[in-house]
Amino acid sequence: MSRREGLEISAACAEAVALADVDVIAAYPITPQTHIVEHLARKVADGLLDAEYILAESEHSAMSCCIGSSAAGARTFTATAGPGLALMSEMLFVASGLRLPVVMALVNRTLSSPLSIWGDQSDVMSVRDCGWIVFFAENGQEVFDMTIQAFRIAEDERVLFPAMVCLDGFHLSHLVEPVEILDREEVDSFLPPYNPKYRLDPHNPTTMGAFAPPEFFSEIKKRQDEELRSSYHVILEVWGEWEKRFGRSYAPLSQYRSEDAEVILLMAGAFAGTARLAIDRLREKGLRVGLASLKLWRPFPREYLVDALGRAEVVCVVDRALSVGGAGGPIANELRAAFHDVADCPRVVSFVAGLSGRDIMVEGFMEMMEKALSYARDEEMPYYEMYGVRE
Amino acid sequence: MERESSRKKFALKRLPLEEYFSPGHRGCQGCGITIAFRHILKAMGPNTVIAEATGCGQVISSPYPQSAWRVPWIHTAFENAAATAAGIEAAYKALMRKGRIAEERINVVALAGDGGTADIGLQALSGALERGHDLVFICYDNEAYMNTGIQRSGLTPFGASTTTSPAGRFSKGQSTWKKDMLAIVAAHRIPYVATASISHIRDLYEKVTKAVEARGPAYLHIFTTCPTGWRCPPDKSVEIARLAVETGVFNLFEIVEGQKRLTYKVSKRRPVDEYLKAQGRFRHLTDEDIAYIQKRLDEEYEELLGQSGGPVGGY
Ligand SMILES: Cc1ncc(C[n+]2csc(CCOP(=O)(O)OP(=O)(O)O)c2C)c(N)n1
Ligand code: SF4
Ligand SMILES: [Mg+2]
Repeated sequence: MSRREGLEISAACAEAVALADVDVIAAYPITPQTHIVEHLARKVADGLLDAEYILAESEHSAMSCCIGSSAAGARTFTATAGPGLALMSEMLFVASGLRLPVVMALVNRTLSSPLSIWGDQSDVMSVRDCGWIVFFAENGQEVFDMTIQAFRIAEDERVLFPAMVCLDGFHLSHLVEPVEILDREEVDSFLPPYNPKYRLDPHNPTTMGAFAPPEFFSEIKKRQDEELRSSYHVILEVWGEWEKRFGRSYAPLSQYRSEDAEVILLMAGAFAGTARLAIDRLREKGLRVGLASLKLWRPFPREYLVDALGRAEVVCVVDRALSVGGAGGPIANELRAAFHDVADCPRVVSFVAGLSGRDIMVEGFMEMMEKALSYARDEEMPYYEMYGVRE
Repeated sequence: MERESSRKKFALKRLPLEEYFSPGHRGCQGCGITIAFRHILKAMGPNTVIAEATGCGQVISSPYPQSAWRVPWIHTAFENAAATAAGIEAAYKALMRKGRIAEERINVVALAGDGGTADIGLQALSGALERGHDLVFICYDNEAYMNTGIQRSGLTPFGASTTTSPAGRFSKGQSTWKKDMLAIVAAHRIPYVATASISHIRDLYEKVTKAVEARGPAYLHIFTTCPTGWRCPPDKSVEIARLAVETGVFNLFEIVEGQKRLTYKVSKRRPVDEYLKAQGRFRHLTDEDIAYIQKRLDEEYEELLGQSGGPVGGY
């Protein structure tokens, strides 16, 4: 039987990894990811998890270890944050290209410089095109659930892609929350052992990571892209099964009061909790506003977004990442691209806020939604606006 | 005693007939890497898994959709052969312990060139050695970045002209002495460290066997002639490697549990200019330069003789 427990979300993540009975963990500590790797080290030390734990000398090596381990057929986990992800980035593309179902907890942290240990989503956006499945969690329960789901989805024979679960640095990683922890039988019944068809096996030698001359490269990449896209159906299927078994439902967007909304606030991660309060306050003022919290970033759920957001007049996107010198927040821009051939589509207003752990208050979300509406109706709309910055 | 028995096992006429590195790879004529790979795998046998770094050895052996490898092989990047191999080793360990794959001895090997070992790959190598993974790291040393067009590395010898250390009016070619990789590796106090050459095959067999038998990390540094980059005739590849040993340019030794031992003592070392003059990359060197190189090699050899049979100095 599952139990409900108040625990730090990093610990909830470690519980999920242990329940998934991973074989190999390779990681390098970095704030604010440290609590996850510490909890896991303790589990291994206490014999609560039978895994090889590689304390790598860098994140680049940690991800390289994960690739080797997964290629040898082991269920493999790592966790990192911001600069660690940046150091790994070369290997993220390789893990996807080799179709290895490594699972990572990415505790979102901003990128230097200036140095900052605090949270935002510039890290994950910097590896937007690396070919991983990317989930955003909004609370501790989602971190726990998505971590177990990630193994099942990544290892599905129809998928075979690495997957990362993003949780906001500090705002989630260091928060204590009640989380329902499944028991071993429940997890075992949902997550079969990893038994890959192809692995590094002396009894059946394979060559992995051959170099592809130009006459093959594009075909291989096209297939990778198509197959990452079609993993979408498996993700929905697995989410459906999760709901049936455990009663919690998942979808590419978690929506709140958005059916009849003129303005929909779109964002990813923990701050959506605060945003819900802003929605209620504006509704009280008579404004028809709603929220859409993005759970699935890759594969990009284009049709789902167009369908769910298309009836609104304005989509107010709040990105916790800055595309320096670019054309606006990364989620906003992908949404604009998604709508490019849709007639009568909403106007997409892009805000960048909450960088490096700066809080966004209820009033802040209210102001951004009201501004978005007036930008869309009356004024010339800026490319994007950085909200809440001192001039 | 142990040495005697492995000698017997690898009497040249008893070399395994099986080929695990197949012909038809894309190496240049006379490429020393391919000679090394062929014999390493014969000595290791089929229960071997290789993680190879980017470089000539990888590019010539794995042009999709072909592969020269008859053992499981993976390439992931340039700087991380040791880390990739460490992950493989950990995976086998966990899977065997948990009863998910059969318990058996699998040789986990990381393979990299001098660049993938001593320069960009040094950190991953050090990490893997320090953590004590049961694997063999093999550096095939062709003394430059050959795959990208003969650029200098930290293991390019003094005086060699490369495309990024060209000899010129103000340059003698490579201005630095070869990095002492063996000392760096030995400082990790791993069970087995050795040099080997494509010119001394029996010595190479013995060392590969010992490296595989060692419990914990082992390191082999193999001298592999590159006729293309060194500008020497392909049919002289093995001969030049032998000259490197006989002139003391590349010495054959091993370090077992911290004890250093010359495995091939040259009775009368030949002058280094025989070696240098056989290669275009040293063509520009003056008599004075050659005398300087000779002097340094003499000193190094004396030092090596002093250490042989004793503990390695420096730590
Ligand atoms: C991160 C990264 N930096 C640079 C390169 C380019 N590169 C590929 S192989 C190579 C040199 C390889 O040299 P070495 O390890 O000595 O092997 P060799 O080709 O000489 O056999 C370089 C510089 C790369 N592939 N990846
Ligand atoms: S360039 Fe040198 S190392 Fe590379 S394949 Fe040719 S001979 Fe071998
Ligand atoms: Mg080289």
